[in-house]
Amino acid sequence: MTMRSKATLLAATLLALPLLAGAAQTPYPSTYQPVASGPVLIRNATVLTGDGQRLEGADVLMRDGRIAAVGTGLQADGATVVDASGKWVTPGIIDVHSHLGVYPSPGAAAHSDGNEMTTPVTSQVWAEHAVWPQDPGFSTALAGGVTSLMVLPGSGNLIGGRGVVLKNVPATTMQEMKFPGAPHSVKMACGENPKRYYGGRGQSPMTRMGNMAGYRAAFIEAQKYRAAWDKYEAANAESGRGRGKNAGGAEKPAQDLRLETLAGVMRGDITVQIHCYRADEMALMMDLAKEFDFKIHAFHHGVEAYKLADELAAEGICGALWADWWGFKMEAYDGIQENIALVDRPENSCAVVHSDSSEGIQRLNQEAAKVMVRGERVGLKLPPEHAIRWLTTNAARAIGIADQTGLLAEGKMADVVVWNGNPFSVYAKAERVYVDGALLYDRADKSRQPVTDFMLGQEVSP
Amino acid sequence: MKRLLVTLVLAAALPAAAQDLLIRDATVHTAGARGTLKNHDVLVQGGVVRQVGPGLAAPAGVTVVEAKGRPLTPGLFGGLTGLGIEEVSGESATVDHTLALGATPTGHEHTWRPEFDVDVAFNPNSAAIGVNRVEGITFTVLSPSSTAGGSFVAGQGSAVVLDGRFDAALANSRSLFVNLGGGASPLSGGSRAGQWMLLEQAVAEARSGTDDGLLTRAGRAALQRYLAGGRVVFQVDRAADIRQALAFSKKHGLKPVIAGGAEAWMVAAELKAANAPVLLDALANLPSSFDALGSSLENAARLHRAGVSVAFTQSGDATHNARKVRQLAGVAVANGLPWEAGLAGLTAVPAQVFGVSAQRGRIEPGQVADLVLWSGDPLEVNTVAEQVWFDGRAASMRSRQTELRDRYLAPKGSLPRAYSGR
Repeated sequence: MTMRSKATLLAATLLALPLLAGAAQTPYPSTYQPVASGPVLIRNATVLTGDGQRLEGADVLMRDGRIAAVGTGLQADGATVVDASGKWVTPGIIDVHSHLGVYPSPGAAAHSDGNEMTTPVTSQVWAEHAVWPQDPGFSTALAGGVTSLMVLPGSGNLIGGRGVVLKNVPATTMQEMKFPGAPHSVKMACGENPKRYYGGRGQSPMTRMGNMAGYRAAFIEAQKYRAAWDKYEAANAESGRGRGKNAGGAEKPAQDLRLETLAGVMRGDITVQIHCYRADEMALMMDLAKEFDFKIHAFHHGVEAYKLADELAAEGICGALWADWWGFKMEAYDGIQENIALVDRPENSCAVVHSDSSEGIQRLNQEAAKVMVRGERVGLKLPPEHAIRWLTTNAARAIGIADQTGLLAEGKMADVVVWNGNPFSVYAKAERVYVDGALLYDRADKSRQPVTDFMLGQEVSP
Repeated sequence: MKRLLVTLVLAAALPAAAQDLLIRDATVHTAGARGTLKNHDVLVQGGVVRQVGPGLAAPAGVTVVEAKGRPLTPGLFGGLTGLGIEEVSGESATVDHTLALGATPTGHEHTWRPEFDVDVAFNPNSAAIGVNRVEGITFTVLSPSSTAGGSFVAGQGSAVVLDGRFDAALANSRSLFVNLGGGASPLSGGSRAGQWMLLEQAVAEARSGTDDGLLTRAGRAALQRYLAGGRVVFQVDRAADIRQALAFSKKHGLKPVIAGGAEAWMVAAELKAANAPVLLDALANLPSSFDALGSSLENAARLHRAGVSVAFTQSGDATHNARKVRQLAGVAVANGLPWEAGLAGLTAVPAQVFGVSAQRGRIEPGQVADLVLWSGDPLEVNTVAEQVWFDGRAASMRSRQTELRDRYLAPKGSLPRAYSGR
């Protein structure tokens, strides 16, 4: 491991550290442990590395849960050799927008846990506290090559709460799935959803004016909260006295979960993921971010992102988008199938194909294929080695795990998919899916296909 | 001059006369008995396919299109949709497929209205139609929906052709739509058993002509017509409920069509015996409800193997994204359905199911020339429709979405983008 990648890893670890120095450690910590696996050498495949490279007749060596090497003619004593002649290999697919676990299958009222629509700002709630690991959608997503995903609260609220990044591994608890070192995210929502719901109840926000006022009021509160903690911490550091005690006479502020999340956003510890369809509203949110000095990592859904592609690229904001959904509400009326391709077009862009769907997450490769042909029809060059970025490196960047996964390069997590051919086809199938080097899905071997507790022993079996 | 102007206006408002057309050297997927014909030509005269064969001579005056081996298919079925009866799902004033008389402040005694027929709400100028037309979707079946204040007997709808004509409904295609199962339970007193109780009551009212409180006179007459062998589309997933629908249909002389049918594969033999086709969502592999625990990607393949006719319809955003129906067929093929059956599920089978197969659904002499030329495999996600024809007329391949695309594809100019595209 190079010094540089060590430093990046360290940075990632720091990101995962407590958002407030007052807390001893991140609560609800990841207990994820990779499934033990010996070294695996995938041989003679068409390899899309995830950062624009396409290697023919190439090998991928996984060892100790990490990518050990990518190249040709690799040798590894004792490794399980997978002949991938005629197959394609990509990094594990990452879905940056999922509600698996919080809106699981079957759609039971008792499991409807994604939207805390009791008040418009609920930054205190965490999606990870509602993830049901037995959602059968995790397994079907795995069969579609998805190895990591971000589970978000819904879009009913202005600020819906914290999202969590998971490794897509079958588990009994959420903590066993929680992506080690990944930052939390906050989910915000523009436009119709919050104002329709609260406006319908005669509450604010009833309008887009109310939406903006709601975000601003919350961040103004959070600024004060953050300042109080900063003052306390500074006094604490100066006096050199132990934590949790009155430092230099400063009163320890009361912990407020709601404001703690927003303070974390402004400190840069929490990624910002905003459901926002219209270009004009994205521009307002970009100004909101300037007003309160935080960074937006991605606009989600953004059916009008193509109207603002240059500005998104200039600000380093990812567009996490659908290939073809549109029209179901006014703010989705201007959707076009070239949206992702146009968002991808500027230099330093960050286009991401997302699902927001238990169906779509199984076929993100097909969604990307739709975008490729649409883009190519209007003269853009979108070969497979480029388009795979929308599902891997760009997705990883949008949710703050790019230093760990999304790329087939030495030292990265060995999250790898072997496809039966070019993945950008309706006939493509993920044949083998590795998470941290362990084969967790094998299309040819029933014993390597997870069955959730929910599906086990049902009288009806698909 | 004035008269000329009137003529021009009329010409703009009405579809152009049916055209004569020769499409040369296509891979013709007939969706019929002749299967796929490579390097074949299709001759259209008077808007109707006259000949399909190799090396056809071009009659004088005919428009010749060189397909260069690309696939040619019949125009595609968009599934059961709200195309033309729903503009923006979230804006109720633009949504006409759902009747809820019991939810209106004035109140209505009868909320069961099988006489409700969405055809008369059809707007051929919906932007969503154009968006899907350029993707090769040439016909759909208007599907009424159910909601609180209405009935799980949603009403009637017909197949409509999507070339922009006002009178778009196709003769003999009208069907009655009935939503069953757990999702419809709130409209049947909280139990799916209530659905059969109420349906039996409705049939009794229709047969006897007496009002027992459920149906209006018009409703009794409408239902009576279906009891004489009419087509009823049952939206239903659970195997046990599908069997009830088949039994009910047999008992009352209905022609059943199963839509959704997540667990249809489990009762394939009974569906075959009842000659009941299934319109299914081939992407639906999750136990989305307790009615659909048996959902499988192999649903289409298993039904086909058992001899059941399979067509495709979506459970997601079927209207705006009707174009996605191609992906359903492709995924079904990727999971064991023969390719020809996949195409048939978008063409010949739905045409047959909805009574329009004499005119549509195949490329054969005598069929209306609603055709699509594709850039590649029409069941693939990485292909597009190159050209769509209705009655042998080339349709515009522009839509609101291509206009938006081109406006923002172009580099920024000195004027705001609002000045582009004129």
